This record gives sequence, structure tokens and C-alpha cells, in this order.
Amino acid sequence: MNLSIPELSLVVLIGVSGAGKSTFARRCFLPTEILSSDRCRGLVSDDENDQAATGDAFDVLHFIAAKRLAAGHLTVIDATNVQPEARKPLVALARQYHCLPVALVLDPPESLCHERNRARADRDFGPHVIRNQHNQLKRSLRHLEREGFRHVHIIGDPADIAAATVIRQPLWCNRKQERGPFDLIGDLHGCYDELRELLSRLGYERRPDDADGAEPTYRHPEGRKAVFLGDLVDRGPNISAVLRLVMAMVASGNALCVAGNHDVKLARALRGRQVKISHGLAESLQQLEREPDDFRRQAAEFLDKLVSHYVLDDGRLVAAHAGLREDLQGRGSGRVREFALYGDTTGETDEYGLPVRHDWAAEYRGRAWVVYGHTPTPVAEWLNRTICIDTGCVFGGALTALRYPEKTLVAVPARREYYPPVRPLRPPEQSPTLSAQQHADDLLDLSDVTGKRILHTTLQPAITLREENAAAALEAMSRFAVDPKWLIYLPPTMSPPETSGRDGWLEFPAEALDYYRRLGLTELVCEEKHMGSRAVIILCRDRDATRRRFGIQDESLGVVYTRTGRPFFNDATLERDFLARLHQAAEACDFWERLATDWCCLDTEIMPWSAKAQELVAHQYAAVGAVARATLGEIENALQRARARTDLDPAATATLARLTADYAQRLEATHRYIAAYRHYCWPVRGLDDLKLAPFHLLASGDRTHFDQDHRWHLAQLARLAAADPQWIVATPHRTVALDDPASVGAAIDWWLALTEGGGEGMVIKPLAYIARGRRGLAQPAVKCRGRDYLRIIYGPEYTRPEHLARLRKRGLGAKRGLALREFALGIEALERFSRREPLRRVHECVFGILALESEPVDPRL
Amino acid sequence: MLLSLTTTHRPATDLGFLLHKHPAKIQTFALSFGQAYVFYPEADLERCTAALALDIDPVGLVRDRQGPSGENRALEQYVNDRPYVASSFLSVAIAEVYGSALNGRCAARPELADARLPLDAELSALPCRGGETVLRRLFEPLGYSLEAERLPLDKQFPEWGNSRYYRVRLSATVRLQDLLAHLYVLTPVLDDDKHYWVGDAEIDKLLRHGDDWLAAHPERDLIARRYLKHQKSLARRALERLLAEDGDEATAAIGPDAGGEPALELPLRLNEQRLATVAGVLREHGARRVADLGCGEGKLLGMLLKYPEFERLLGVDVSLRALERARDRLNLERLPERQRARIELLHGSLIYRDERLTGCDAATAIEVVEHLDPPRLAAFERVLFETLQPPLVVLTTPNADYNVRFPHLPADRFRHPDHRFEWTRAEFAGWARNIADRFGYAAAFRSVGEVDPEHGPPTQMAVFTRPLPIELAAEPSEPAP
Repeated sequence: MNLSIPELSLVVLIGVSGAGKSTFARRCFLPTEILSSDRCRGLVSDDENDQAATGDAFDVLHFIAAKRLAAGHLTVIDATNVQPEARKPLVALARQYHCLPVALVLDPPESLCHERNRARADRDFGPHVIRNQHNQLKRSLRHLEREGFRHVHIIGDPADIAAATVIRQPLWCNRKQERGPFDLIGDLHGCYDELRELLSRLGYERRPDDADGAEPTYRHPEGRKAVFLGDLVDRGPNISAVLRLVMAMVASGNALCVAGNHDVKLARALRGRQVKISHGLAESLQQLEREPDDFRRQAAEFLDKLVSHYVLDDGRLVAAHAGLREDLQGRGSGRVREFALYGDTTGETDEYGLPVRHDWAAEYRGRAWVVYGHTPTPVAEWLNRTICIDTGCVFGGALTALRYPEKTLVAVPARREYYPPVRPLRPPEQSPTLSAQQHADDLLDLSDVTGKRILHTTLQPAITLREENAAAALEAMSRFAVDPKWLIYLPPTMSPPETSGRDGWLEFPAEALDYYRRLGLTELVCEEKHMGSRAVIILCRDRDATRRRFGIQDESLGVVYTRTGRPFFNDATLERDFLARLHQAAEACDFWERLATDWCCLDTEIMPWSAKAQELVAHQYAAVGAVARATLGEIENALQRARARTDLDPAATATLARLTADYAQRLEATHRYIAAYRHYCWPVRGLDDLKLAPFHLLASGDRTHFDQDHRWHLAQLARLAAADPQWIVATPHRTVALDDPASVGAAIDWWLALTEGGGEGMVIKPLAYIARGRRGLAQPAVKCRGRDYLRIIYGPEYTRPEHLARLRKRGLGAKRGLALREFALGIEALERFSRREPLRRVHECVFGILALESEPVDPRL
Repeated sequence: MLLSLTTTHRPATDLGFLLHKHPAKIQTFALSFGQAYVFYPEADLERCTAALALDIDPVGLVRDRQGPSGENRALEQYVNDRPYVASSFLSVAIAEVYGSALNGRCAARPELADARLPLDAELSALPCRGGETVLRRLFEPLGYSLEAERLPLDKQFPEWGNSRYYRVRLSATVRLQDLLAHLYVLTPVLDDDKHYWVGDAEIDKLLRHGDDWLAAHPERDLIARRYLKHQKSLARRALERLLAEDGDEATAAIGPDAGGEPALELPLRLNEQRLATVAGVLREHGARRVADLGCGEGKLLGMLLKYPEFERLLGVDVSLRALERARDRLNLERLPERQRARIELLHGSLIYRDERLTGCDAATAIEVVEHLDPPRLAAFERVLFETLQPPLVVLTTPNADYNVRFPHLPADRFRHPDHRFEWTRAEFAGWARNIADRFGYAAAFRSVGEVDPEHGPPTQMAVFTRPLPIELAAEPSEPAP
């Protein structure tokens, strides 16, 4: 005996104690699918038969059932369930999660149940209990369907119970195994001419062709399948022909079709039900009146059987007439059908008498792409992975198809207005110049960024953000960051090399080169490290690009922000002039044309250091220099005077000599320290005194440039520098072949020369932007800082042996782990931006970088 | 750090007896934070100078630090002024290296310890919060003549100006014991920082070393407050003990912290008026569930909690520290359960949509908008008026027209360094009317604080209401006079 149940259902076993429910359940379902009331009693009271624990036990059972159903798992309730009040909450639960409730009644002879209970030591209740239960069961049987059970199976024969098998039926809407490619087609409303034209533009061929008399269909030579999004009928000129064509395509396996609200209403009318003849139904009835009875019957049957929605392509694509929320996808219930047909209405009506719709798409967070129609819009636009492709053909708009997986649109304009639109096509509240996605992106949701989060990126599959770090980032992001619409990238932190064993040196290039050598990399690039302030620059070619690409409607041509997302310039005029000058350079070197873009994102350093860090330079670095020089000088002077005395103890003379030499050295170190910070300071009176050193061209147009090696990046940016050499610095660099000792030696010499001349040092990177080595993803860059520069980091006198010995002990693990996670998140952010994903998807990555930046890591690394 | 003590007392070399340090030697002392050397750059009968050179280990300061992290977390940085300047480290060194002299003991020349001698003290670098004025106000009443030379930050960059450090020379005829006690107490007072945690024991130290001079010092309040790291309760107790015999009213002297920035807005009065007005508006409109957006330390919430008609109070702030303080101020952990259930503090941001805030019938944003960057205002507006849509919104912000009435406020400055803008009355009214039009609200305006006939009130308020369905709408109430 086969028991057929829907694959996603809440199976309620019904039977008296001893009916064999648990045995049956164990045989037919997974252990994890079965929720037993006895087991739950045990969980809350340590005694599976403790009737006093029944209330708590069912609370637990219902809670677990709710979690399973919400996640889309079939669930079996193993309890007697002989009373209607026990079943009622279960039916409600199934409804709440849009699953079908199934009643499975096991009703063997009462005597057999008595016998089984007697054999069990833990069931010491009298025979009256079973008798009562059986009476309740008998009274229940007739009412199960009325209680809401969509499937009811009753088995009485113990042999049948022992032999029955459960067959799980896929839901009508489940077409996950169909992977396309598809062409999804919007509301037709009898627009037959436009449909034929659209099908032929999509590459479908008529079979057999017009000449033959047979019932025609359309098929695609590459096996594509059309998916009609419903509302085939009403309003339009040629409803019968549309029906005939769609029915033939569906019958021949060349198309799928979901139900639209007009289709359903027409079906009811054709079945002779009382319906209000409005919204173009009259046209359908008139036109069908001219058709033979046979066709009308076929059409009614076809429309009647249309399913609410389809889940396609392994769950990646959902087609529904009015769209579908994530929690309703792939489920079957009245509410699902209601939503798929009519959308999420608020119950109110607008000034045109049409239902006010709740904007479910603006809140959509699902992974599946949802393609729908129903609401005529002037242009089909993506919003959070959803798109409405009803462009109002019957109202004189166009008939639009979406090609999937290409996600390109193909549209055929309406030949004329067949039906006057009730409401103007454009929704009035929306700003006309921003896309729907951009309008929705004004609002970011707190739940998308706070709490413990795990982000998935291409480079690192799972990056965990701790709750307290996200909380810290929320404050930084809210109070100090630039508009999130600009904030599409933040640079990763950068690790220094392992400390050098060389006498008197803390960092030396050899260790950095060795790091990459150990990973098996062979080609590196060494770039001079500019000592200024890190800046990310977004530059747009014109204000139109600013609006189109970023959804920002002001006069700006871009933005300049720091590595923590704050505005780089406190002065808006300076920022505007800065961008204007960069823009001039871009125009002068045909930057836009060569990259075929109207915007770009640059990773840069802006010098001098003192321009941005003036406070810090003066009140920390210069102040320490001033007092160190004053105090050490005075001590040295006092020591000299003491040494000049003639009445000293001999031991004192020796100590004074040692101390004098020591303080002279310390004074010398202080002078080197002062020289080091001075090198990165010059007065800035205006734009001309700044220098810009770009070194990454991160993204432009619709793509990122992480697939290009650093030579390419530097070459692109060198052109920019050549256009304004007074102001833009082309980053000096050299490539290194790790297997060539001469090349390695030359790189080290270059670093020595740079740092002896006052330079900060260099950044060593794999030649490829993203490099994998023997141990996975390699550090995108390692910085090697000069000996004197490090005085700014570790103190003027860090080179004294007793200091150096302690400073050498530093752990890089945390810093490098952080650098990789931030690198992965930064790249992911820009990739998502380039794919034009919703802002929240970009924002969560950038927010993640800011959160990671609040991890406690030695700030000197 | 270098402290030189010079005397011209004859024989000047008696200084060696007073300090217990032989002028022919150089002595080294191991301290917990480094080393100290005492040696004599000059030592003859006319003139004798003892030099105390402190060699503080900068790496140890960062790596072995046990005390507080110092002002601006300076002690977490290797680039740090502490090794080179006079600070609480010097006080510790004086107590350890010149301990007997500080306590007035001199076994070899007891009469010298009690004698007032011509003494000079030179400090190579002394940080002075408040500059030379404070330096003079501290030392001159004690009888010192003073030379102070301010150190420039960097001669190569004269535009950076001067540092907060002075090279200082103090001269007086004074007991050595007193000179050392003055330096011991006043050095960290001038620096206004300490490298160790300050507790009750610090009161004893202050009173011991300030025994016979502090009570009469005109700056005793400043000294007590700074010496005890601005912990008001410690300073109060110290002054009470110090002045116990004089019968002086010590607590009044402490008052509101005069050491900070001059308070612009007469903060107590205006803020209290503001909160009372807000509470009044909420009650007039019969609000029951109120979200205070940007609740800060919870002052408004605390006031609303007193009225039982507010069933549910939500405080939202983006700053975790502010919420922490609000929790303390409102004494949340100790409220009775029913009271506790009425109030909730949430970490959130006004520019993100937040599900947790739905269902409130009033929202307040008191002195909050001006902390948002103008480009982020649009998000705030939509979050509040489009997604939350409370029937009542009460919003206050400074009136920029009124700023001319603050004599200390330069024309190009805002009232608070974190303000991103301040609106004139016209700008505010324009903004509020636009909000009302776009989101279907009615806007009414009120004044908070004393109204200037020309420049209006110091604080401006907008009350936004959404028309309710007719059966629910109450009679519009008259604004309170």
C-alpha cells in the first residue's frame, strides 16, 4: 500500500496508544523528522510517561516543529492526536509556514492495542484509557478534512500498517531540476502580434510553419524554454490566439506558464461561477464566445490547472505572476497562491481605486532571483534580485522578456494602446532620475550589519565578524564615514615582514622576500612606499555618472576618503578642487576612453603626511622631538661639566665617560628621528602643495581590475601622472625575480638607497594582484620600513640594543590573518558593486572591514 | 628628564649632606621604570649643583605597563614624551632618590635641614597644562621667582607654534625639604596626568607633602583636583581633611568642574528646560510608547520614567559608551521589575532602518540631527518619517541665529565640536516643512529657553504630527505657554 504525501508537509500521526505509530514512523521517516510527544515529555521531565509534563512537552514539540517547517523540512508528529484540540494547533502551524498538513490515521483493532500496552512495563494505565481514545478517534475521522487536512490516509489492517510505504510527491511548483536556459515573458493580455514578434526576436521558430494546417507551436533551436508569467487574457485584442499559442507551447514542452489573477478569474467565469465583469474580462468572454465549445473547455481546463509559481534552476530562479517573498517560495498554501496572484496588498486602495501594494521587493533578501509581472512599470528594473517585466504592452507600453541566465532584456513595443491605463505608468512618489534600486538603497537595514555575522567572499569562504566589532563599526560608520553610496571599498591593513636578525636592524627586505619565496611565488614587484595618508578616490567623468553609477544627486564629481571611510578633506571646496584637478588629468590622457568608462576607483597616498596628520605630527612627533632634544642635550651638557671636574672619584670618572658617550649617541638618534618626520612634512597652503600618488586602479566601468597584474595598474596610473607631473606621482617600482640573486640583490640595494635618502621604505607585492601560494592566499603586500622611519614608530632610540632585543619579539599572525580577511572583503565589495548588486551587499563587506579594524592588533605593525 | 638643584649657600657642598649624595661620586639607582643617576656638574664652596637624571625605559613603559594608559593613551606608544619630561615619574624618583631630604632628615647636619637656603631648581622640560599663567599661579604664591622658557615644537616649522613644555628655573630662599615637596606635588599637577592609578592613598600623599603650605595656597582647589586626577569625590575628601581645622566650606569650592571648557549654554538650565518642554509635548499628545533617538546618557528617559503614562520607553544611541553611562545613570539594574520592564536601551543608529523601533507612538530626537553629516540626513529622514512613521515626532536642534548671544563663541564655530551644522530659524522651518510635505505630517514650532527678541530662542523645536483616522484623532491641544 502506497501513501502519497507532499514532499514538504506536516504529517500528523493519529492513533490510540499502542496503535503502532512510533514503529510505523521509524520505518517510514528519518529519525530527525519525527517529533514524539513521549520524547519531549522525557526532555522536560526525565519521564516519558509523566502526564503532568504534557503541557511543557507540547510547547517544546511545537517549537521544534516550527523551526523545522520554517527551514522547509518535512516533519512528523508522533502523538495520539485523537482529540481535535490536539490537532488544531498543528494545522495552524502548517498554515503559518505554508506547508500542507497531512493526517495519517493508524486504526488497528482495539484488542491489539490493549495487548501491546499490556506487554509494556511503562504503560500501566487501565483499558478504559484506550477505549476513550478510540471513541475520540472514531468521532474525529469524519471531520479531518474540514479541520484543514489536505491529505487524509486511514489504515486499519495491521498487515497494511506493516507494509505501507510513503511516497513523497514533489510540489507542483517544484521544477528545480529544470535548469533552462529560459526566456521569461511578461503579461500578455491578448497581445498576440507582439508575442509572435517577441518570440521570433528571441530566436523561437514556428513549428510547423504557417503553411501547415496543424496546431502551431514555437520551439527554440537551442532548447530554450519560455516561461509565461501569467495574465494571458483580458483587455487585449487577440486573447484566443494567445491562449492557443501558449497552450500549444506548454503542451509540447516548450514553455511553462504560471497563473495570473486575470487567468484565474476567467477560469472561474468559464466554469460558470458568478464573477464581476470588469478589468477587461468582457473582452475575454466576447472573444472566446466566437470559439468552438471544445476550445473553450480546453482553455478553461488549462487555466484551471495553472500553478501559482515555479521554482527553477536548483532553486536559483522563481517565476510568479506578482512575485513571491522568500518564505513563500517552493511552498503550497492558499496564502502562497494569494501572494503569487495578487502580490502583497495592504488592503487599502489608492486614488485610482487600485489596491495599494506593499513593496515586498524593497525588503527582499532572498537568494533566488524572482521574476514577475502584474504591476505595469515603464521600465523593467532590478531591485534586490527581483524584477518586474510587465511593461504594460496592452496599455501601449511594450512586451518584455528576460533572458535567463543571461539576465538581459528583450522588448517589443506595443503596436498601439489596446486598453487605456487606469493609472499612469510611472509611480509618482519615486524620484524620476534614480533607479528603483538606488531609491531603495537610500535605506540600509541595521539587521544587515549588526550582530555576529558570517560573510561569504570569493577569496575566503567564510569570514566571521564578532558582535562587539560590528557594534564598534556601527558608531564609526554612522558618525564619521562618508555616504555609504560612495563607500564601495576600503583597503586592507598591511603586515611588515618577520623581524630581521641583522645587528641594529628591525626590518629588512630579505625577510619579506623570503616570505613570498617560501610560498613558492617567483615574481614580485617592489613599490616605493609613500609616506603620506592613504586615500581612496572615486572620480566620475560627469555629474550624470555620479548619479547613474552611485545614485548620488549632488554636484560632486566623486569623493576622497581615508582608510577608515572618513572624508579625507575637512574642507568641501578643497575636495572639489582636488577632484577637478584629477579630472583634468584624466581628460588630458584619454583615461576615460582608454578604459571605456565614466568613473573609476583609485587606491592612493596623498602627501605630505603633515597635511592630514598635522595635529599628530605637531603634538606627538614634534613635541617628543623637542623635549628629547632639550633634555638629552642638557643631560649631556651636565655630564660634560661633571667630567671636567678634577676632584672626582676614579670610579665616577669612568661611569661619567660611559654615560657621556651613551647620551651623545642618544642625542644623535634623536636628531635622526627629527630628520625622519621632517622629511614627510611640508607646509600646505593649497591644492598645489599636495602630491597624489595613485598605485591601484581598483575598478572602472562594469568591472574590477583585480585580474590585472601590478605592472598594468602602475602603467595605467603612470599615464595619469604624466598628464600632471607637478602634482601626480608615478610610483617608482621594480620587479624582482626571486630565482635570480642579482635581481634580489638589486631590490635590496634599491631599498637601502631609498631609506637612506629619507624614504619610508617599500611595499613588496606578488606581481599578480591576487596570488595563491603553497599555503593558500598570499599576503597581497608586505611593507618593509626603513631604519630611520621606524623611529617614528618605535621611538627615537629604538635602535639601542636593549630596546631592539625586546622589540624583535612581535607576533605577525593576527595581523596577517586580518590583512587577508580585509583583502577578501574589499575585493568582494568592489566585485559586488561592479555586478550592480544592491548596496546592502556592498555595504556589509565594507562594514565588515571597519569591524575587523576594531580587532585589537598591535598598531605598530 | 633632568632636575638640577643648585645652592649658593656657603659652603655650597653642604648640599651633598642634605641630599645624602657625595659630590665626588656618581650614584645609580634602579627604579621600577628605569634608572636614575645623581652627579654633580659643579661642586665648590661657592656654588654646588646636584643633577638628577632620569633614564626612563620607553620600551618598558609600553610593554610592562600596569597603570592607566595615560592621556590620549600616550603610555601605549613608543613615541612618548615621558622619558624626557618632568611628570609623576619625577615625583616617584624624588621620593626614592631624595627620600630623606624630602622628609627633612639630615643626620650629619640637622640644622641645615631646617634652614632656609638660597636654592635654584631647574627642570629641562616641564609640561604645563594652562601654560605659563598656571605655572606662575602655582609657584609664585610659594615665594619662588620663576624663569620659564617655552620650547618650540620644531624650529624648522615655526608655523606649528610652541609646545606645552617649558624649561623652568625656580629660585627662592627655602628649606630644601619644602622645595622638594613643592616639586613632588606640583609637577604632576602641571602635567595634569599620572602614570599610576589614583586612589585613597593618594589623598594621604597629598596631605603629607602639602601639610604646611597647601591649605593656604590660593590654587589649592586646582591642585587637589588635578593631583587626584579629577576624581571629584577624592578631591572633596582631601579638601575636607585639609581644611577641617579652618572650618572652611570645601565642597562649595569644588563645584562644577571649572577645569574644562567654559560651558557655553549654561548647560543645566537650558537642557532642563528642553527636556521639560519635550516631556510636556509628549504628555499633551497622550504618547504612551516613546522612542528617544540618540538618547545619550538617558536624561530624557529618566525624566519620562517618572510619569506612569509612558508604558514603554526605548532609548537608542549609536555610542556604546553613552549607553553604558545611561545604564548607570538610570540605575537600570536596580529598578523594580515593573519599572525595569518599561524601559529598554538599544544600540542602534539613526541612519539605518531598525525593526526593533516599530510600534512606537512617539519618537524624540533631542539635539541629535546636528550631529549628522548633511549627506546622511536623507537616510535619517526616511528611516524616521517613512519606515517608522510614528504619529508624533519631537525634534530639537540649536538655533544658529542665537549664537551671537554666546560671547565666547567665534562666529565661524558651532556650539559643539561634533556639530556638523547648525540651522537658523528659517533653515529649520524650511527643512521641517519639507519633511511634513513629503511624508504627510503637520509641523508646528516651539521655542525652548529664553527668547531673544531679535535672534529667537537658543533651542528650536519642531513637533510633527500625522493626521489620525477621524475617530482616533483627539482635539488638538493648545501649546503650553
